[in-house]
Amino acid sequence: MIAFIGRRALLAIPTLIFISFISFVIIQLPPGDYVTSYAAQLRQQGDYISIAQEAIMRQNLGLNDPILVQYWRWISNIVFRGDFGHSLEWNAPVGSLIWDRLALTLAISSLSLVFTWIIAIPVGVYSATRQYSILDHLFTVFGFLGKGVPDFLLALILMWIGFMYLHIDVGGLFSPQYQNAPWSWDKVVNLLSHLWIPLVVLATGGAAGLIRVMRANMLDELGKPYVETAYAQGLSERQVVWNYPVRVALNPFISTVGWSLPALFSGDVITAVVLNLPTTGPLLLQALKMQDMYLAGSFILILSVFTVIGTLVSDILLAWFDPRIRYA
Amino acid sequence: MGNSIMTNSMPENRLLELDNVQVQFPMREGLVKAVNGVSYHVNKGEVLGIVGESGSGKSITARAIMRLLPKNAKETGGSIRLRPRTGEEFELSALDRNSRAVRKVRGNHIGMIFQEPMTALSPVHTIGTQIMRTVQLHKGLSKADARARAVELLAKVQMPRPAQLVDAYPHQLSGGMRQRAMIALAISCDPSLLIADEPTTALDVTTEAQIIELLKELKSELGMAIVFITHNFGVVADIADRVSVMYLGRIVETADVDDIFYAPKHPYTQALLRSIPRLGVDQGRRLPTIPGMVPDPFSVPNGCAFNPRCIHAVPGLCDTQVPPELRFGSQMSRCHIAEQFAQTEQQEPAHV
Repeated sequence: MIAFIGRRALLAIPTLIFISFISFVIIQLPPGDYVTSYAAQLRQQGDYISIAQEAIMRQNLGLNDPILVQYWRWISNIVFRGDFGHSLEWNAPVGSLIWDRLALTLAISSLSLVFTWIIAIPVGVYSATRQYSILDHLFTVFGFLGKGVPDFLLALILMWIGFMYLHIDVGGLFSPQYQNAPWSWDKVVNLLSHLWIPLVVLATGGAAGLIRVMRANMLDELGKPYVETAYAQGLSERQVVWNYPVRVALNPFISTVGWSLPALFSGDVITAVVLNLPTTGPLLLQALKMQDMYLAGSFILILSVFTVIGTLVSDILLAWFDPRIRYA
Repeated sequence: MGNSIMTNSMPENRLLELDNVQVQFPMREGLVKAVNGVSYHVNKGEVLGIVGESGSGKSITARAIMRLLPKNAKETGGSIRLRPRTGEEFELSALDRNSRAVRKVRGNHIGMIFQEPMTALSPVHTIGTQIMRTVQLHKGLSKADARARAVELLAKVQMPRPAQLVDAYPHQLSGGMRQRAMIALAISCDPSLLIADEPTTALDVTTEAQIIELLKELKSELGMAIVFITHNFGVVADIADRVSVMYLGRIVETADVDDIFYAPKHPYTQALLRSIPRLGVDQGRRLPTIPGMVPDPFSVPNGCAFNPRCIHAVPGLCDTQVPPELRFGSQMSRCHIAEQFAQTEQQEPAHV
């Protein structure tokens, strides 16, 4: 097992180097650079800078150096000094921009992930063990609705309901009066009254799909002979179902749980924009639009690191959970 | 069905008694009478072989005993009674699939072995865990005692290196070893009855012989009875004391194992025996087969279900009336003209 983990961890290193380089190159690919976008933005506002000024800016920002030099400057600072560079647009260190929003993003995303699993697994198991019952049909309808309705639309509807009928503030995470207030009980209550919409939106979309996956997996497993063997031992239905087929049916969940790590980080961008949530998603979108290459590059690098780590975690979990993989 | 039958007490040495058990499957295409009035009994410590083609209802009957029928099955009648060593009597046919009472019987008084050792064990638990769970459930053993018991059971079924293989997962074992683990699981609580549903069908012949030998040893060592379901007469001859032959949901003949082979009194049994190849006999001749095909389950022929394929069928009798159970000593045959076979036997001893 240790050798297995070690081998996987070593394999991750060249993957990360490769990804970081590719992501840096891709960000540079579109014609123009940050200075071009910046000049365009200024022109829109009726302002302008001269070509010479643009050239000086490029010189100062090091944008004229060969790409390998730029890459090395960027990656060596990250690896050796934990410095993600300077966001050109925000004129602030990338690190502070990202980490500020990261805690909130991780909190919202992990909460919604936990909700998704808490809803999806029992409902999927129930739907499979009571196939074609009234509740199964009901869950199926809800599942397809949840899967079919786009998240941002659901977010808009919930905001409208909250605003029109519940008379609460919607959007953002706090009402204006609490925005800069110190933490207090009222502020927490205020946070919760804002938080339920993103949670419901994110959890329904995720749960709807997972219910279908869990149900299908369970139906496959329930028909297998080892389930009958378990019944023939005198175990009750609950003991049989939760100890045997659920164990096997969870495998696809576990093998994909790692991917939720980068998803947790990037968050649901559209929903976050609609709900005006100060998470990382909208920041990434803006950085990409502005060709703010250090910010966007760091984002993509962090996402890739999370993907690689997540996959590693999934592999290890799956090997721990399913002996057939461990010894293969 | 009748209450009078239920109140009758079973003979002293009787372990299991099935009376007129009926199981049907309502399908879109029609009603399938998978088990159509099956009656048999098993005495303490004996091996009853049940022989029949696929679809004859032998496995479904076994599932009815275990109360593990598929959810779409309908039981329309019959009684199943069990009196294990402990002396309690269970009216199994009255118990619900998930009832507490039937869960006390399963795995505890009745052990069951399945056909596919590859898939009949949980792939994500060690064989030790699976055995321990059963003995902890029924015997209330501590974890350490349950583990010791698991190792002991694996040794009993002649698993090599039981102390190590108790921690093995099914996919690490060979087919024969898996079936040994399956047997260890089934006998873990010293059941009075072992139901073996084609336990050797998926194994090669060498392993099959070893498993049969093991079951025979365990039977005499533990004093348990076995219901041995198979489609292979050779295996039955090896292990069974008595044999029941099933055809399309009915038992057509029941007899001691010698009578089945040397004095069969049902044309179906006779035809099955004729179609077994024998070494040194019938050389250079075509092996006799049973004419026709097994009818599809939605249109079982009237009268005797075997009559369209029977070389002795009497028109006007066999295709209109269901034959009654005719008894010749301990032998039972559901054939209108079974008498005839009994007479010819007296004139010339049956072929070997």
